Amino acid sequence: MGTTASQLSKESLSEYQELTFLTKQEILLAHKRFTELLEKHEKDQIDARVSMGKIITLPELKSNPFKERICQVFSTSEQKDGSLTFEDFLDLLSAFSDSATLEIKSHYAFRIFDFDDDGTLDCADLEKLVNCLTGETNDAKLSSTEMKQLISNILEESDIDKDGTVNLSEFQHVISRSPDFVSSFKIVL
Amino acid sequence: MEVDSVFVTDHSGRISSNPLLDQLPSYQSLLYRRKSSTVGSKQRGSSRARVGSSGSGKWGINTFVRLTVKQKSQTEKRHIRELAKPMAEKRKHKKQCAEDAQKLSSWQQWRQSTRKYLRRMRDESEEWLNSLKLWRGDIHLIEGMFGTGILSYFSFLRFLVTLNFFIFLLMFGFVMLPIIIAPHASGNITFSQNESYCSVYKSDSRRGLVNYHKYITDLLSGEGFLEQTYLFYGFYNVDKIHFSHITYNLALAYLLVTIGYLFLSLIWIVKRSAAGFKHNLIQDEDCFQSFCNKIFAGWDFCITSENAAKLKKKTLLYELKTDLEDEKIKQKIAERTHKEKCRLYFIRLILNLFVIGVLAACFYCIYLATIFSQKAQMTDQKVNFIVDLIYEYLPSIVITFANFITPVLFSFIINFEDYSPAFEIRFTLLRCVFMRLTSIVVLLFSVWSRITKCKDGPCICGYNHDVYPCWETHVGQEMYKLTIFDFIVIVSVTIFVEFPRKLLLRYSSSALAKWMSQQEFSIPQNVLEIVYGQTICWIGTFYCPLLPAICTLKYFFIFYIKKVSLIKNCRPATRPFRASSSNFFFLGVLLIGLTLACVPVIASIAQINCSQACGPFVNYNTSWGVVPATVYQLPEGVKKLLLALSSEAFAVSCFVLTCLAMFYVIALAGAHKRVINELRHQLEMEGRDRRFLIQKLCQAQKHSGVRSPQSKFQPRRSSSRSSPSYHTSFATNFSDAVFLAHAAPSSSTQV
Repeated sequence: MGTTASQLSKESLSEYQELTFLTKQEILLAHKRFTELLEKHEKDQIDARVSMGKIITLPELKSNPFKERICQVFSTSEQKDGSLTFEDFLDLLSAFSDSATLEIKSHYAFRIFDFDDDGTLDCADLEKLVNCLTGETNDAKLSSTEMKQLISNILEESDIDKDGTVNLSEFQHVISRSPDFVSSFKIVL
Repeated sequence: MEVDSVFVTDHSGRISSNPLLDQLPSYQSLLYRRKSSTVGSKQRGSSRARVGSSGSGKWGINTFVRLTVKQKSQTEKRHIRELAKPMAEKRKHKKQCAEDAQKLSSWQQWRQSTRKYLRRMRDESEEWLNSLKLWRGDIHLIEGMFGTGILSYFSFLRFLVTLNFFIFLLMFGFVMLPIIIAPHASGNITFSQNESYCSVYKSDSRRGLVNYHKYITDLLSGEGFLEQTYLFYGFYNVDKIHFSHITYNLALAYLLVTIGYLFLSLIWIVKRSAAGFKHNLIQDEDCFQSFCNKIFAGWDFCITSENAAKLKKKTLLYELKTDLEDEKIKQKIAERTHKEKCRLYFIRLILNLFVIGVLAACFYCIYLATIFSQKAQMTDQKVNFIVDLIYEYLPSIVITFANFITPVLFSFIINFEDYSPAFEIRFTLLRCVFMRLTSIVVLLFSVWSRITKCKDGPCICGYNHDVYPCWETHVGQEMYKLTIFDFIVIVSVTIFVEFPRKLLLRYSSSALAKWMSQQEFSIPQNVLEIVYGQTICWIGTFYCPLLPAICTLKYFFIFYIKKVSLIKNCRPATRPFRASSSNFFFLGVLLIGLTLACVPVIASIAQINCSQACGPFVNYNTSWGVVPATVYQLPEGVKKLLLALSSEAFAVSCFVLTCLAMFYVIALAGAHKRVINELRHQLEMEGRDRRFLIQKLCQAQKHSGVRSPQSKFQPRRSSSRSSPSYHTSFATNFSDAVFLAHAAPSSSTQV
């Protein structure tokens, strides 16, 4: 059963265009891909939720080491299970789109990297982040001395008030000086 | 770590904490400085309650009110979609804004609606422009398979295709189109004629029965039937075209289009690299190598294939390990003794001299090959079809061969010079760039030395009119040959070297095969290849106006060839080339190529006498001569203005003013840097002060016997999105943390 554009009304389409950074084609494509993940009986529900397990089967997220965190950050569900509605999905794509501002991207990047959700990036968060980036297997990890050295280097570069953690404004400051961030923090369907 | 935190969430998810901390001005401003913070409305409510409950809240309330009003006006100005909130809250905010808008005056309403309309127009036009981009699907596929490093190479190719296409449009529109439509638009063409012994031009076109392979030779070398076509400068004998109302000065147009396309390229490249330059020149820290850039911006979220993800993780690990090693190497460098330093500098000097020697030898070979090739072309003795072709292409062959062995040699030599790894890569690249681009200049220099040298004494016509009656066409032919040969080399290397290598690897497991292991797609070498081609195009367009079109097609096919080669044969390099630094590198090298290309073009336009037998500038001494001639025919006022602009006085004063502006800006930058350092230091001190005071306060409260209900401490849950408050955390530094969950009002007034 294919999805038709008429399932997404014109008003909601233009509202989504106004509230996100996505273009009309992108919203329609997102709608199509999202409804493919729904069960048959859910396809007509307005606020149908797709579980995290299904979302991370999307090819764009499959190989991403942060896929669970991304779902958690954008999910508005009460049970904190990482399930996404269509609007959450649009928020996700909007934050990762080409035309999103640096501030939005760095805000969500901060939340994705904040593994324990305490509002700051401390040593544990950074260690988890580095392990995600390099792989979880034993021979792919850095040794503990290297990890300590790396974390202290990162904090030296980004921690302005020297409290041992990176808060949102320090993170945004470091990102604004990072030339690679905008081009790498991008997911396009 | 949670245990030490001073801020605790209770089960409703609201933060209840020491009321004193809430009243700290920095905490308040931290809450509201996040314009996009999800703390927004929910937190506002809870903190309002908190402030109200604490006794010393009066000052708190005032600041709070002021800050809420400020925040509202700030958020309104920003578009709704720039708020980092879930969709439902954005909708609420939009409704709120719409209600507020009703209260505004009609003038402001109109202003808001026009702003919205303009923004929508801009979005739609950007969308439309993006849809016109070439190869979006292919580039998306490459991005998914290989990440942003290799993607930057392909988007650079796409940029060059577009640039060449626009240069071709310029040339076509202003030079070729008038000639083509002149007969149809009843234009009267005046041909440039000059009756003198300099203008004898034997046409080289074949007559009678010709062997088929003559056509192939002509096609590959630009002679014969191709010589008197739109392809080369010599065909454009037109001086002026008289249409019914206007006279079109084609000679002037030809010259101005040449200057125009050089300017267009310069502006487009600078515009494209603006962001990269900003980052690189303003910050003096090496931000491409910084750890934060590698960790926070390290993962390419666009990767879709499993293999690419594994490879990316491996490359990141390798990069991090190398950078951590770098630090140790830097230490080692700092610990060198004097004796070691002297020895090292001596070795470096020797090796640099050796490199210069190698370069000089290559350039001399190119010079000899060019002279030989020119002499061979001028004799009428045709030996053999293949040998003829080899003589024609001898300079190209020598250049390609030199460009093949020198990078290998340079990367071998650099191992002995003991630089840091990052510097090694850059220095080798610099040497390769220099080698490639200077080889073209050497070739041109050798051609010109032949053109301007006559057998007995100085040349009568200013150039060697016996051997080169139309020297511009001849230079154009050389450039044409270089372009064709470059394309042939790229295609043949892919087909005859990379495919067999892959087959060898797959079907034989001998040691040799393993040694020639899967080749890497080396981005720097590939980029140098196409910059070399582009430099030839820039130099050659003046002599061969159709060259941009040929280059557009050439890069078009190279895109597909490289894409197939990448997907089937190679894997990306182990040492990653970061997207941003690669953008900067590509455009930097391209700019060097453009500067180098300007030199021969300007020299030949201004210095060397143009040929009297062909081309649009026959009536003038040099190609530049058409401009003064036109200026003198302009009305008096404009003439005086233009002459003043080109005088030395104007140039010198311009230069002095530019220098002054530069010094001012440098001084300003230095002052800003000092202020920034001061502020950083202050921030650090403030943070330390605050932690110290809070600690003392907590101790004082503990010792004064305030019963603090050792709270039902809830470990910080990853609760709803609004609960993390992005405050500075005092987490790690408190050994004796006190949980003041619901402190009695009396305690809060004890300041």
